[in-house]
Amino acid sequence: MAQLSLAEKLTILADAAKYDASCASSGAKRRNSRDGKGIGSTTGNGICHAYAPDGRCISLLKILLTNSCIFDCHYCINRSSSNVRRARFTVDEVVDLTLDFYRRNYIEGLFLSSGIINTPNYTMEQIVRVAKTLREDHDFRGYIHLKTIPDAAADLVTQAGLYADRVSINVELPTVGGLRRLAPEKSEVRIEGAMAKMRSAIEDGKDARKRYRSAPHFAPAGQSTQMIIGADAATDQDIVSRAAALYERFDLRRVYYSAFSPIPDASAVLPLKRPPLMREHRLYQSDWMIRFYNFAPHEVSAAADPATGMLPLDIDPKLAWALKFREHFPMDVNRASKNMLLRIPGLGVKAVDAILAARRWQKLRLDDIGRLTVSVRKIRPFIIAADWTPVVLADQANLLPMLRDKPVQLELFAS
Amino acid sequence: MRAICLDAEDDFEGWRVAARSLAAIRIPAHEILWQVGGQPADLFGTVASPATATAPMAVPRDFVSLARQVILNRDPERFSLLYALLLRILDEPHSLQNRADRQLRRIEALHRSVRRDIHKMRAFVRFREVGEGKARRFVAWFEPEHHIVRANAAFFVERFTTMRWSILSPLGSIHWDGETLAEGPPAQRNQAMGDDPVEVVWKAYYSAIFNPARLMPNAMLKEMPKKYWKNMPETALIPGMIAGARERERGMLADARALPVKGYGAATIEGLREEARSCRRCPLWRPATQTVFGEGPHDARIMIIGEQPGDQEDQAGKAFVGPAGQVFDRALLAAGIDRASVYVTNAVKHFKFEPRGKRRIHARPNVGEIDACRWWVDQERAIVRPKLVIAMGATAARALTGRTMSVSSARGRPLILEDGTAAWITVHPSYLLRLPSEAEADEAFSQYVADLRGAVAKLEAA
Repeated sequence: MAQLSLAEKLTILADAAKYDASCASSGAKRRNSRDGKGIGSTTGNGICHAYAPDGRCISLLKILLTNSCIFDCHYCINRSSSNVRRARFTVDEVVDLTLDFYRRNYIEGLFLSSGIINTPNYTMEQIVRVAKTLREDHDFRGYIHLKTIPDAAADLVTQAGLYADRVSINVELPTVGGLRRLAPEKSEVRIEGAMAKMRSAIEDGKDARKRYRSAPHFAPAGQSTQMIIGADAATDQDIVSRAAALYERFDLRRVYYSAFSPIPDASAVLPLKRPPLMREHRLYQSDWMIRFYNFAPHEVSAAADPATGMLPLDIDPKLAWALKFREHFPMDVNRASKNMLLRIPGLGVKAVDAILAARRWQKLRLDDIGRLTVSVRKIRPFIIAADWTPVVLADQANLLPMLRDKPVQLELFAS
Repeated sequence: MRAICLDAEDDFEGWRVAARSLAAIRIPAHEILWQVGGQPADLFGTVASPATATAPMAVPRDFVSLARQVILNRDPERFSLLYALLLRILDEPHSLQNRADRQLRRIEALHRSVRRDIHKMRAFVRFREVGEGKARRFVAWFEPEHHIVRANAAFFVERFTTMRWSILSPLGSIHWDGETLAEGPPAQRNQAMGDDPVEVVWKAYYSAIFNPARLMPNAMLKEMPKKYWKNMPETALIPGMIAGARERERGMLADARALPVKGYGAATIEGLREEARSCRRCPLWRPATQTVFGEGPHDARIMIIGEQPGDQEDQAGKAFVGPAGQVFDRALLAAGIDRASVYVTNAVKHFKFEPRGKRRIHARPNVGEIDACRWWVDQERAIVRPKLVIAMGATAARALTGRTMSVSSARGRPLILEDGTAAWITVHPSYLLRLPSEAEADEAFSQYVADLRGAVAKLEAA
């Protein structure tokens, strides 16, 4: 094979990484290069430096070290039986690319993943070497997210945590059955074992920082994972409870959901459909309900259709929950607790905080609420304000058409 | 009327000093004219005396940080709005907490706009490398909406301390030489032009990381409005990427369909069967005993699809073992088809029934149930890749085509499926069991056998 140019390699190895949903560059400890050495900073909040026409943000240089892989997972474009062009970066090429892009303010840092070549340890070692070179030789202070290989040796994974802001291990699929069928060489026992080890390493790191200020930061932005949606038979209820269990057991920062897209040279066992983007969106919303609105996983599940286990696609899950449990509404915005206010569909965390602050000084009227929220029309049926008492919800049969968004273009093309 | 001259559009300190002394003697907001630079424009205005030392004024810290950023907004009323708010919170400090307040909302809107602009500058500034060695510098051109360039300098200094850089803008420019920050006059776009070979590599990255199967241009525009595009190298690619997306996606699908199956044999149907054991895609799993999955060689040339398992199939976990199964076996024999060479499956994999006393009476699956189960049928077909599919009954026909059709009108001629496979529709064997007279049953049976034989003959002839 002829030598590939750097841009050609980048095209192949970024293309291969585009199916990974995670992109966040937040949660890192604050750093800067003010002391006149090195380059880069992190402010705690990531910056999205560009957006692609698929609506996703670009904050990190997200690439694979190589797209060759000894595994044959059906949902993955890089599986060993796939016909895609293969390429491989050297450690220095990735380091230079990262620095070149960073200096031009194109990116916040690097998100490095890789197909498994040779052995898991060998692959992990290469990944770690990139991070080590960036941090030690170039004193790079931007964001680094490393994907760890579940079967790699413990000390390699530890090193990854020392150089990276965030580490992640993909659970791949929401059901064990799906994993067994579509990724027969991976095992949930090994994946979860690696996540458990990572959790305790992160906790040990935090503990050490408490005792000794000089102790190194270990993956300060925590660990995350990703699962593919729509490649196996998992229902939304299955996914919600799986994600909740992962948050609980491994103290994850984020669970990413990636709608399975038809991939070039797709394995024959996969559904050839447009990716279920709306479903993915609803799952992210259900994730928010748990993380920010204090819903219990079983409450989110209750918003799903009991027969099919699927969340409705035409309305968001918080609204679906409210319509199902109408006895909680309308809720008095001047009296309800924070926890209950968070359950009002259409009110976000910011609006709830603003309501709590404002109502210490005045009785809130509908107008006041209108100034604090995006759309008072949508929340009106769910609240009582000083000058507003709606008809009891249960009596309003035509509520859903009033609240539903106009169909978006996405659905016109959905198959 | 008093006129106050501030040094610059973002002169927070100037505003602060003046506002303090004016507020100390409670000059109302409408009596003050705020202006930037030069001589007072208002003929009747009198320039306020330079700030005299006033008694310390206690304002909430939140107000100072709010004002510091709101001053950066382009709105000419910002000085006056902030001053009015200052007067108010001197008497009612809590009004800063009342976010439902109209006056505060207006100021917060200005604040939000500034914050967003600051954030977008951090995101969308694009440096170009110029010069080499000691002369190496990075230059960027940015068009901010508000007077944020100076306020944003610290961010770039902290991030790019060891680089020498300049950010030029129509509202002023900043320069960092590695040690000190210098400010310069407004600049022109062409001062930041130049070729940077890394831009080509960056553009290659930008187009490769985009997934055409997920086109959502509105989501992109919401975060990256067009006004920023002209100063970002990668955005020139967007129209082409959007225009080509459908085509690329179609290509992805077509390629995938055209490819022969490589190397997934037995393991995969077994995996599918295993996964289907815990299928919850429709509610039929609840009352049923177990999932009844398809059976047969994984490379069978013929796939036959029935309706759904019956009472005996549900208990045995095997397809076509009950009374209809016996008719089916007889018909295959008569048609000269070896059952062992055929992959046999059902459109719906769980037994649907209505309990009647101790008996479970078969009930017809509805369209929702059939469509939910297509998930499995499609994948069985994708793995086995039969040359011929025979659908028995309307349920099976629906599972195959996604459309409702009547057996009587569809039988007797081939149906070409989306992937090019030939499919034939015939009756379901259980239909033969329900016919009232023996004569009718015999007639229907031979017609059924003829259908099977005819389909296979066409396959042989092809």
